Amino acid sequence: MVRVDGSGSGGALIQVRGVDKNYSRAGEEIHVLQSLNLDVDKGEFVAFMGPSGSGKTTLLNLLGGLDVPTHGSITVDGDEITHMSAGKLTQWRARHVGFIFQMYNLIPVLNAFQNVELPLLLTKLSKSERRQHVEAALTIVGLAERMNHYPRQLSGGQEQRVAIARAIVADPTFLLCDEPTGDLDRKSADEILDLLTRLSTEYHKTILMVTHDPAAAERAHTLLHLNKGVLVEGAHLDQVAGGVA
Amino acid sequence: MKYSSLLFANLFRKKVRLMLTIGSFAAALFLFTFLAVVKSAFSRGVEVAGADRLVVINRTSIIQPLPIADRDKILTIPGIKAITHNNWFGGVYQDEKNFFPQFAIDIENQRMVFPEMVVPDDQWKTFLNDRQGAIAGARTAKRFGWKVGDRIPIKTTLFGGPGAWEFNLDGIYHNDRPGGDESQFWLQYKYFDESMPADQKGLIGWYVIRLDNPEDAARVAGAVDAVFANSTYETKTETESAFAASWVKQFGNIEFLILTIGSVVFFTLLLVTGNTMAIAVRERTAELAVLKAVGFSDRAVLFMVLGESILIAAIGGTLGLVFAAAAVPVLANALNGLLPVLVVSPVTLLTGVGFALAVGALSGLIPAFGAMRLRVVDALRRV
Ligand SMILES: Nc1ncnc2c1ncn2[C@@H]1O[C@H](COP(=O)(O)OP(=O)(O)OP(=O)(O)O)[C@@H](O)[C@H]1O
Ligand SMILES: [Mg+2]
Repeated sequence: MVRVDGSGSGGALIQVRGVDKNYSRAGEEIHVLQSLNLDVDKGEFVAFMGPSGSGKTTLLNLLGGLDVPTHGSITVDGDEITHMSAGKLTQWRARHVGFIFQMYNLIPVLNAFQNVELPLLLTKLSKSERRQHVEAALTIVGLAERMNHYPRQLSGGQEQRVAIARAIVADPTFLLCDEPTGDLDRKSADEILDLLTRLSTEYHKTILMVTHDPAAAERAHTLLHLNKGVLVEGAHLDQVAGGVA
Repeated sequence: MKYSSLLFANLFRKKVRLMLTIGSFAAALFLFTFLAVVKSAFSRGVEVAGADRLVVINRTSIIQPLPIADRDKILTIPGIKAITHNNWFGGVYQDEKNFFPQFAIDIENQRMVFPEMVVPDDQWKTFLNDRQGAIAGARTAKRFGWKVGDRIPIKTTLFGGPGAWEFNLDGIYHNDRPGGDESQFWLQYKYFDESMPADQKGLIGWYVIRLDNPEDAARVAGAVDAVFANSTYETKTETESAFAASWVKQFGNIEFLILTIGSVVFFTLLLVTGNTMAIAVRERTAELAVLKAVGFSDRAVLFMVLGESILIAAIGGTLGLVFAAAAVPVLANALNGLLPVLVVSPVTLLTGVGFALAVGALSGLIPAFGAMRLRVVDALRRV
C-alpha cells in the first residue's frame, strides 16, 4: 500500500509525516515540500513524477538520509532517521539505502567489480564473501562477464546496470532511483526498466523512483505526482505492473 | 587494507600529474639532503672537536701570531696535561685547487694533544729525526696518491720568499674518531722557524692545550687569558669546539643560508602539492559524494585524501633521498676534498623522510578537510 494522506496504519516500511523542506536563497525562503505525508509498504514500487523544480530530488534525498527536513519526521523500518547524528545517518545509509543516479556516478578508476564491491568494503564480509556477493549482483544485472571492464569501456546502459548492481549488492532495505533512465536511449532505458521491474517482482525490492518518462512510470505499482510541495496519487498502475510481471 | 585498491586507483588517475608531483618531491628532497650533507660537513669539525682541548689564539685575530715563549707561562697553570703549538703554512701543492691544511707543529707534544691522530711509531721516529720530514692525513695522502718515502714539493709565497719547499713524507696518520679529520699535513716547527726572517722567528700561530679534566675548561681558559691580559700579545682562549664553530662562520652563515633555502623549498613544495591535491579533490567531487552516499564516513574520506598525498610524498621523497645518496659520493669527488667528509647520515635520511611526510600531510590537509565537509546533496547537484 502507498498512501499520501498520513493515514497509514503505522506498519508501513517508510513513514513520512508532515515534512517541510525550505531552502533560503538570497534571503528568501523557498518552501519546496510542505506538510508532506507518505506511507510506503515493503515491496512497493513507487514512481514520482512532477515538473522540474517541484522537489522530487529533494524528497529522495530526505528519504535516503542525505539531507534533513526542516520540519516533520521520517521513519524507515522503525528507525526515525530525522534525528540521527550525521555519523549514525551515514551508517544507516550503508545498511538500508541503495542509490541509483541519473549519471550512474561510477568511480572511473575502478572496474565494474570494484565499483560494485564499494558498499561491501564497509561491511565485515571477508574477501571471498565479498566476491560472491559482487558476482551475484553482477549476474542479476547481466554483466558478470564485464566485471573487469572500466566504466569508460561500458555503454551508458551497462554503466547504469553496474550502478544498479552496486545499489543492490549489500541487500539494502529499499532502492532510491533519481531519473535512472534520464540519460539513456529508449532501448537501454527499457532494459534498465526491465531490470528494475525484475528486482521488484522477483526479488521483492522496495523501489522509489523519480522519473520524467511515462514509460518508466508505467512500470511502477503506484504513481505519485509531486506538485506545489505535496504528493497526490496518480493512476493506480497495479494492474499494469502485474501484467508485465 | 581493504581501501588500498581505491587509494592506488585514485593515485594513478592522472599519471602525468602524478609523475610531476612525485618529481617535485624528489627534487626537493634531493636538494634537502644535499644541503643537509653540506651543512653537516661544515659542522662536523665542531661535533668531533675534543671537549678536553682548548685553543689559544691572539686576541686580535687568528692570523696574528703569539710568542713561543708564552708556552712556559701557560704551563704554570694547573690542570694542563699537554700543550702544543701550530703555525699555518699556506702552501700549494701543484695547483691552487689542491687545497689541504698544512701546519708546522711542535713535534714533541703534538701527539699528546691529539692522541686520536694515530701515526705508527716507526714512522713517527723517522719524522722526528728528519728535519724536512712530513706527516700527512690518510685522506690527503690517498687523494694525491702519496706513499711513505715520497718527496713532496709545496710552493709557498708566504714564508722565505717564493719557491718550493720539499718534504719527505715520513708517515701517514689515521683518525680514530669517526668523521675525524684526516686531511692535515704536518711539518716540523723547527725547520719552519729556521727559514723565517729574524723579525718573525719565535712566533707561533696558536696553542692547543689538552686538559686533565674537561670540567676545568672554563677555569683554565680564564687563567690563560688572565696571564696575558694587558701584554703585547693578549690571548683569546676557547674550547676547541667553540673555536671550530667560529672557524666555520668564516665561510659565512652557512646554517642561515641552508635554513633559508630549505624553507623556500618547503613552502614551494607545500604550495605546489597543496594546489595539486586541491585540484585532484575538486575534480572528483561527485565521486566523493557517491562514496559518502554509499556509506563511507566523513572521516574515511578525509583519510583517503590525506593518505593519497602522504603516499605521493613518501614515494617522491624516497626517490629524492635515494638519488641524493647516490649523488653525494660523486659530488664529494668532484669537490676535490675541499670540504670535510661528505656523508649521508641516517639522521639526514630520517629527517628527510619526516620532512617529506610532513609536507605530504600538510598539503593534503586542506583538500582533505574540504572532502570531509563536502555535503552529498550539494556535490551531486553541482554536476
Ligand atoms: N541547496 C539548495 N539551495 C537552494 N535551493 C535549492 C537547493 N536544492 C534545491 N533547491 C531548489 O529546490 C527546488 C526543488 O529542487 P529539486 O532538485 O528537488 O527539483 P526536481 O523536482 O528534482 O527537479 P528536476 O526534475 O529538474 O530534477 C528547486 O527550485 C531548486 O532550485
Ligand atoms: Mg531532480
